[in-house]
Amino acid sequence: MAVAFTINGKAASVDAGPNTPLLWVVREHLKLTGTKYGCGAGLCGACTVHMDGQAVASCQTMLSAVAGKKITTIEGLSEKGDHPLQKAWVAEQVPQCGYCQSGQIMRAAELLAKTKTPSREQIVTHMDGNICRCGTYPRIVRAIERAAREG
Amino acid sequence: MNKHIDKKALKVSRRGFVGGAAGVSFSFALGGSLLDAGEALAQGASGKLNAYVTIATDGGIVIMTPAPEMGQGVNTVLPLIIAEELDADWSKVKVQQAPVNAAYNHPIFRGQYQVASLTTRGYWMPLRTAGAQARRVLLDAAAQRWGVPVTELTTEPSMVVHAGSGRKMGYGEIAGFAQTPEKLPEIKPEDLKPVARFRLLGKDVQRIDIAEKSSGKMLYASDVQVPGMLYGTIARAPRRGSAPKSFNRDEIKAQPGIVEAVAFDDAVGIIGNTVEAVFAARHKLKADWSEGRGAKNNSETETQDYLAHVRDPSRKGVVVRQTGDANAAIAGAAKVVSGEYTTDYVYHAQMEPLSCTASVTPDGVEVWAGTQWPTKSVAEAAKAAGVGPEKVKFHTMQMGGGFGRRAYVEYVVDAVMLSKAVGKPVKMIQSREDDLRAGKFRPLTAQKIDVGLDANGKVVGWRHRIAAESVYPDLYGQARLDNDKGVDFIVIAGADMPFYDVPAHVADHIYEQNGARVAAWRGIAAGYTNFAIEAMIDDLARQAGKDPVEYRLALFKDPRGKKVIERAAQLADWGRKREGRALGISFAKLGIPPVGFSMIGTVAEISLDRPSGKIKVHNLWCAADVGLPLQPSNIVAQIEGSLVFSLGAALKERITTRNGQVEQSNFHDYEVLRMSEMPEIKVEVISSGPIPLPVGELAIGGPIPAVANAFLALTGKRLTAAPFTPDRVKKALA
Repeated sequence: MAVAFTINGKAASVDAGPNTPLLWVVREHLKLTGTKYGCGAGLCGACTVHMDGQAVASCQTMLSAVAGKKITTIEGLSEKGDHPLQKAWVAEQVPQCGYCQSGQIMRAAELLAKTKTPSREQIVTHMDGNICRCGTYPRIVRAIERAAREG
Repeated sequence: MNKHIDKKALKVSRRGFVGGAAGVSFSFALGGSLLDAGEALAQGASGKLNAYVTIATDGGIVIMTPAPEMGQGVNTVLPLIIAEELDADWSKVKVQQAPVNAAYNHPIFRGQYQVASLTTRGYWMPLRTAGAQARRVLLDAAAQRWGVPVTELTTEPSMVVHAGSGRKMGYGEIAGFAQTPEKLPEIKPEDLKPVARFRLLGKDVQRIDIAEKSSGKMLYASDVQVPGMLYGTIARAPRRGSAPKSFNRDEIKAQPGIVEAVAFDDAVGIIGNTVEAVFAARHKLKADWSEGRGAKNNSETETQDYLAHVRDPSRKGVVVRQTGDANAAIAGAAKVVSGEYTTDYVYHAQMEPLSCTASVTPDGVEVWAGTQWPTKSVAEAAKAAGVGPEKVKFHTMQMGGGFGRRAYVEYVVDAVMLSKAVGKPVKMIQSREDDLRAGKFRPLTAQKIDVGLDANGKVVGWRHRIAAESVYPDLYGQARLDNDKGVDFIVIAGADMPFYDVPAHVADHIYEQNGARVAAWRGIAAGYTNFAIEAMIDDLARQAGKDPVEYRLALFKDPRGKKVIERAAQLADWGRKREGRALGISFAKLGIPPVGFSMIGTVAEISLDRPSGKIKVHNLWCAADVGLPLQPSNIVAQIEGSLVFSLGAALKERITTRNGQVEQSNFHDYEVLRMSEMPEIKVEVISSGPIPLPVGELAIGGPIPAVANAFLALTGKRLTAAPFTPDRVKKALA
């Protein structure tokens, strides 16, 4: 059954089972591989995308729930990779292996969209669902603060 | 076959270079277009010539990076070393991942292999030499063209300069007429650039991979898309040596979207049209596994057994380190202080579960894999496909974390076998649950240390016993273990004590053979050996009524060791009392004698919620002596990362087994450190010499003993079992 939705501002229609995780729809059906598989259980945040502006775990969001929704992935966050967070990620040299970083940035983008200048505590609370095994947490915090500051 | 994937996808970076546009490019290694350099080399066009540098007539420079990237920044720093000696304009450099070819072998490992934090250290001189050699060829060509002695020439970034006549010529222009000499110029150590004149190294050049890793564009093995490919997954046997006796193949094959299901030696493979179909079918798999080794394994029992073994003097281990006669010194000592320590299995938990794409065709096999061991991957892929290694087209991909796990390449074989089974390209992705349950863990250990003191309290002998499963056979094979006289240098790493004044020292390894699947884990053995050693040092300080910092400073015979402890203590404001909190310190080192040791002092500040038994780490202060810091900010990042990794193992991370089954399955029951558990971290990098020393795992040895020693300072109790979970903390307090 084909399900229609908007992805990164473009109309999309994907023919797959209604219980197909959005993660695989995005990565393998639509070939937008910036969104990553980390746990398949909503525990690590590597698959974070936006659905109507809310950060969701795409591995826990089924295709049937996406009908008519607006999905944004890391590829659609900015046209040229120059979202304030992406610029801050480069300035603070955040990523190491980089695998979790799309999810980290998408999660952080939700925070900044709602809270222009988040406190350290707000950042930590908001980001706590996203694991970085390389341990880039100190730089993630600094990059979010920089993005809030520099806009 | 390479057309399956966008060529751009294989480039490490796209930084500002248009390659091969002029068509008459000059190369020290080969002719032809720059874009084909990698492939030409893969086909064996390299050899005696400099395989690293290619310069085009438009001034564009391609530098090959010989090592795989797993996040530590080698694909920036290694090309940077070449660019430094070449005196290249870094903005004109494009970095390309080198193919698997002996021309790029690591000088210590004699293969493209990345372990033990030795990548930069190992390639340091070969890459400097390669860069200097390339520069020298350009200088010679310019000297000939101008008719001046080469000694009158100097270079500025990507430019040869003749100061006497004021003439300048860009590297691209020289590339237009220069000839690669038959024999490349010999570079002596004195021909290399003095450190004081470095323009790039030590200056925090931005990493080349950050923009792609911040935009979702970086490609990992699991991102590969090959036309016509199927998806596969692997359910590994629950235990080592166990095989599928039978499984519900008909039921699995009847699942929607499933193409094939195959029994392998120690796994069941499922192949289908979509990844969701394959994962759904995986949940329905029912396999009857043979017992294999370790069918009765129980980690709780193993801990007790191993403890009994290290306590039993009649149980002889393999002596791995020995200075003087420690046993005699301890037997004759005025006083003996003893300590016992245990650590659990821990899991790599690299964020990208194991994955690999393979395409077996009648012509050979093409493989896309992120691996710490490309050379072995090619050999194993060839074997699995039943072809010669020259028939393997291998793509070294960015790893979504390595930490030692991707030094094992069984997942490459898995992908090849799956592709072979269906005669089509297959992208193999393991589920997190399978990645974890079939994990190769850092071995569970029990350790005992006995220290003999003379009448004045001076250390006269130190005996360190370690009981653990051996890592060698699975990684290197039994032959290598025999060749190394039975010493497993991975399991006992860090048990040597070259920097403390200990006149007689012995360490032995009692081999446990339960059939557990074990591996090197970031920091190798430092996570447990250094816990034992540095906890004992604090116990000795306490016995002597001395401050732990002063005690260490008095015991050091090495000035660099003293300095990292002094600086870490200063950063932490060691002498200041804090209400409800306490400090603990540790010293850690990383290296082996022929390559040198890096060193780090770590101070942890903790508090304790006594009712719950929960330890909170508020601050970590580190001073790290890394020899010559090539990329200081990235070194800090690596140390921060190691601290986070190790702190997880100090506080939470723990794999348990019962009846041979791993009891954990995902991040809800194997918890790694999250942002809310992060302490504040302050790292100071100390420069101490002309050689870059190991960095990537240096900090792993620090936090576990530092936290345990802080706990001792706070409560007077010694934590002896890591991780320091709340139940263990409460037990220690009781």
